[in-house]
Amino acid sequence: MTVLIDKNSKIIIQGFTGKMGSFHADEMIKYGSNVVGGVTPGKGGSMHLNLPVFNTVKDAVSETGADASILFVPPAFAADSAMEAADAGIKTCVAIVDGIPSHDMIRIKRYMRRYTKSSKMTLVGPNCAGIISPGKSMLGIMPGHIYKEGRVGIISRSGTLGYEAAQQLKNLNIGVSTSVGIGGDPINGSSFRDIIEKFETDDETDAILMIGEIGGPQEVAAGEFAKENMKKPVIAYIAGLTAPKGRVMGHAGAIVSAYGESAIEKVEILKECGITISKNPSVMGDTVKSVLENM
Amino acid sequence: MDIHEYQAKKILSDFGVTIPRGGIVYSPENAENKAREIGGSRWVVKAQIHSGARGKAGGIIVCDSPLEVAQATDKLLGKKLVTNQTGPEGKIVNRIYIEEATDIERELYLGLVFDRSSESIMVVASTEGGMSVEEISKEKPETIIRSKIEVAVGMQSFQARELAFGLGIEPDLIRRASETIIGCYKAFSELDATMVEVNPLVISKQKQILALDCKMSFDNNAMFRRNQVSELRDKTQEDSKEVFASDRGLNYVSLDGNIGNIINGAGLAMASMDMIKLAGGSPANFLDVGGGATPEKIVKAFKLVTMDEKVKVILVNIFAGINRCDWVAEGIVEALKKIEVNVPLVIRLAGTNVEKGNQILKESKINYIEANTLEDAANKAVAALKK
Repeated sequence: MTVLIDKNSKIIIQGFTGKMGSFHADEMIKYGSNVVGGVTPGKGGSMHLNLPVFNTVKDAVSETGADASILFVPPAFAADSAMEAADAGIKTCVAIVDGIPSHDMIRIKRYMRRYTKSSKMTLVGPNCAGIISPGKSMLGIMPGHIYKEGRVGIISRSGTLGYEAAQQLKNLNIGVSTSVGIGGDPINGSSFRDIIEKFETDDETDAILMIGEIGGPQEVAAGEFAKENMKKPVIAYIAGLTAPKGRVMGHAGAIVSAYGESAIEKVEILKECGITISKNPSVMGDTVKSVLENM
Repeated sequence: MDIHEYQAKKILSDFGVTIPRGGIVYSPENAENKAREIGGSRWVVKAQIHSGARGKAGGIIVCDSPLEVAQATDKLLGKKLVTNQTGPEGKIVNRIYIEEATDIERELYLGLVFDRSSESIMVVASTEGGMSVEEISKEKPETIIRSKIEVAVGMQSFQARELAFGLGIEPDLIRRASETIIGCYKAFSELDATMVEVNPLVISKQKQILALDCKMSFDNNAMFRRNQVSELRDKTQEDSKEVFASDRGLNYVSLDGNIGNIINGAGLAMASMDMIKLAGGSPANFLDVGGGATPEKIVKAFKLVTMDEKVKVILVNIFAGINRCDWVAEGIVEALKKIEVNVPLVIRLAGTNVEKGNQILKESKINYIEANTLEDAANKAVAALKK
């Protein structure tokens, strides 16, 4: 079992018949993901890309047995769609969409507290590239061919910086078990700590590369968790050493507003937690390689 | 998105917070009349710019007559005010707020922000109003009291009461203080704010609880459902290049260096800036054209970066995924037909169809330096600078 998705994951697309939903559904199918249908309210009963369209996520789940979903709905409706997925029994939901209000994200997370740990959906994103388990399944918008199959887990806030890492690893002939984009927003579905914990218990992952950036407490929380609870090595790169304080750097969540949120402070704290730091973004692959060689 | 003090005050007063009497003016004559209309014998003339620390910069003037109010307004209007938060270029004063002076007995601090750890709204209060929250947490951390608000149920009266008692407010004023705190909470939660700060929140000699100065910021992602708030945006308070960028769907932050950047993805953009620094250079900007990096966005990005006179080298770093490198390369070639670039140009493409992309660039007649890795790109940009 890889982290969050595998070959057997049955995927539905929420916002299936829209331009984005159609395009990326097609890309996922080409990659080999097991896409079983989609949801567009009002278009239930029709077919799209040779797959059934449903009015509700509940209908889709009961007809297809879907356990994973990916959202391509506009920001204003994304919170509603994520909660609908959680309520229908979806296990893993990826929100690609950029632009969900923070107040809505808090509402989603509050809503999900009604479920017990075993029945609770894992929400990944928003504002992320999604999840890929190379050679098995892709629940995201990444270019699948840059990921080689292997045993390194990647967690990244940034999409393109996650691609950069995957490419560097591939060039060194190192593969990836699963790559999870947790997204660049201040409040997100899954944190570094949530995902790093899943990698620790995944028997297909040997080491984890964590790609963080300025702003927020999540890198440090993951570092502290790793120090106390993890046996697998963690390698980290933190972007934004040159970012000015108090400015939002593209990602809504990339803003330094408290102690411990700048790149330098995060690097220092992570070092104290025993995490190997990639000193710059062009040596993420090399740093992982040297850690793997010393295992 | 930030708004002016007078706009924040209007919003808070709609939520039941008491504010001193005042009004906005655009000319000295206006100001004199406004002072007479407000009445009393002392007034405060306050420059409206998107920055704190205006008092120390001379942007707040206490006056004893309507004539003085007019003179102070004349002095401030049209000037650029430089505070410790505006940067050396300062911010232009186009609006003046005239307010009755308050007889202050105590100055308190009240702030509301998102707490990213607990994913709730955090109310922060202190007895040390008038100082910035950074100063308070450095110099008087023991005076800070916090209350975490459960967003699903909202702020409860007891939580506001606890804060008010914690601030040492006298029993007769507790009820009014609680209403004030809850008013601020409601403004925060009902208008998609990301920050509400009342500093100072004062108790006057007449035993009124007043918001004497306040700041509010809002979630840009929520502006689609907050028309009234989004109308309060004042573009004269923003960097002109940043306004140009945001109007065109680009994420741009103006910086001090001389290497202009065009990059897709916020994380990759920050990483490229870090590499430039490590190579001994300094970035002129942060610019994320979006993960997709469409040709249209690339044209706009070139326009934006070439507007900046500081820029001596341009570095393009695109990691193409679904948008293939050949498509991105065509976008770059297209952009350079429309926009004249007179500085060295370093281009690094990576990802899908990279060979094809580089071939298109080579075959076009554009003048550029090819780079293969992040490090190579940064080194070549810095080297081009030195030539």
